[in-house]
Amino acid sequence: MSKPDREQHVQTHALAVRIAHWLMALSILIMIGSGWRIYDSSPIFDFRIPVWATLGGDVETALAVHNDPGVATAIAWHFAAMWLLLLGYLLFVGWGVGSGHFWRDFLPVSPRSFLRDFIAAARFRLEHSLGEYNAVQRVFYWGVLALVALMLLSGVAIWKPVQTYPLVSVFGGFQGARLVHFLGMALICGFLLVHVALVILVPRTFIAMVTGRASEPLAHRKSETVS
Amino acid sequence: MSVERRHLLRNGLSIGSLTLLTGCDFSDSNVVQRVLADFSRWNDRVQAALFSDNRLAPTFPAERAVKDFRYNAWYGPDRAPDLKPDDYRLMLSGLVADKRPWTVAQLYALPQVSQVTRHVCVEGWSMIGKWTGAPLKTFLERVGADTTAKYVGFECADGYYESMDMPTALHPQTIMAFYLSDEILPRKYGYPFKIRVPTKLGFKNPKFVTTIYVTNVRPRGFWTDRGYNWFSGI
Repeated sequence: MSKPDREQHVQTHALAVRIAHWLMALSILIMIGSGWRIYDSSPIFDFRIPVWATLGGDVETALAVHNDPGVATAIAWHFAAMWLLLLGYLLFVGWGVGSGHFWRDFLPVSPRSFLRDFIAAARFRLEHSLGEYNAVQRVFYWGVLALVALMLLSGVAIWKPVQTYPLVSVFGGFQGARLVHFLGMALICGFLLVHVALVILVPRTFIAMVTGRASEPLAHRKSETVS
Repeated sequence: MSVERRHLLRNGLSIGSLTLLTGCDFSDSNVVQRVLADFSRWNDRVQAALFSDNRLAPTFPAERAVKDFRYNAWYGPDRAPDLKPDDYRLMLSGLVADKRPWTVAQLYALPQVSQVTRHVCVEGWSMIGKWTGAPLKTFLERVGADTTAKYVGFECADGYYESMDMPTALHPQTIMAFYLSDEILPRKYGYPFKIRVPTKLGFKNPKFVTTIYVTNVRPRGFWTDRGYNWFSGI
């Protein structure tokens, strides 16, 4: 930490980014868990999510108290966490646009640079340097931001199909909106798996997202090929 | 307002974090249930603000209406109340000028409208049906209900009870449905009538209604008492 910046890679996250990140992380996990319990009450596909993986309390308790398998509590979780998600998302996007963080760190990105970095990553030859986002990361962050927007919109369409009627028809009707909402959830789960796996590989990024700053000496870097 | 919002946010965050960090499901604890109930009341207010008196639920061509509508209750259809037209009376109470009971014949003589709308269940399934009956607004006006009051409540022959906000009760598509698919409402679907309200979830559509009352004290609801959101608009 005492070394000057030019001798080390530094990752910094503004307080607004960290608050927004953890708000979204928390609310997305609650929404996935409770959403799975809600899904189970009327599955779209030929499978159910195991109850232990869902959020909504003990099924036997719920049956005794609510006369239903915890769907009431799952829905209550879902419609409480949605406000936290909206808040986190607006803060993240607002800060990203307003501070220039998005343009500075997530752009430029091109199909070519994505392909180059993707192939390098697949061969485990992509260097990670703190504070710099490679093209694969950039595409992933834009993608998950778009996905959360899709989840908010399809979610509103399911929540209020009458009051926001034109919105539901964009998704091909009420059942279409449910399908989009489910598929979007699956993609977000995919993102989370990759995201968390990479954080485990480079734990300093976790420190940066908690404390706001992490660094590593330049010497740790094997090549200078990543820009 | 802002104090309430801050309060919601702080509690929501700490409860959510606790649940996730420990990997335990604290959903059934009293604290969690209380915080979730706070959010639910906040959502009631948001939904009341979103509701528009003149925004109609989408309607569909008659051929899209399902003939064999899904039966849904916590008891089997054979245990549904069997109300006889000769004995049945609709009772009125609360802020209503004319509390004389109504017979089935009197009810069915009211001016009627038809609607082909989507019934949306809180569980996620939905089904389009055709219902015909008298607008609840017409009925409330006939009996001299105080339509400046806040709520309308319903009590039912199967022990069910429900309630709704007055703006929804006066909505043109909120009807006392006497017919389903052009047939007199069959016993298992709630004879002699059910409240059909296409701007709310399915469980806000009570069947076998035996009492209608108008009040300024927010009435309870069968599923609301079991943790579901009260307003439950769609």
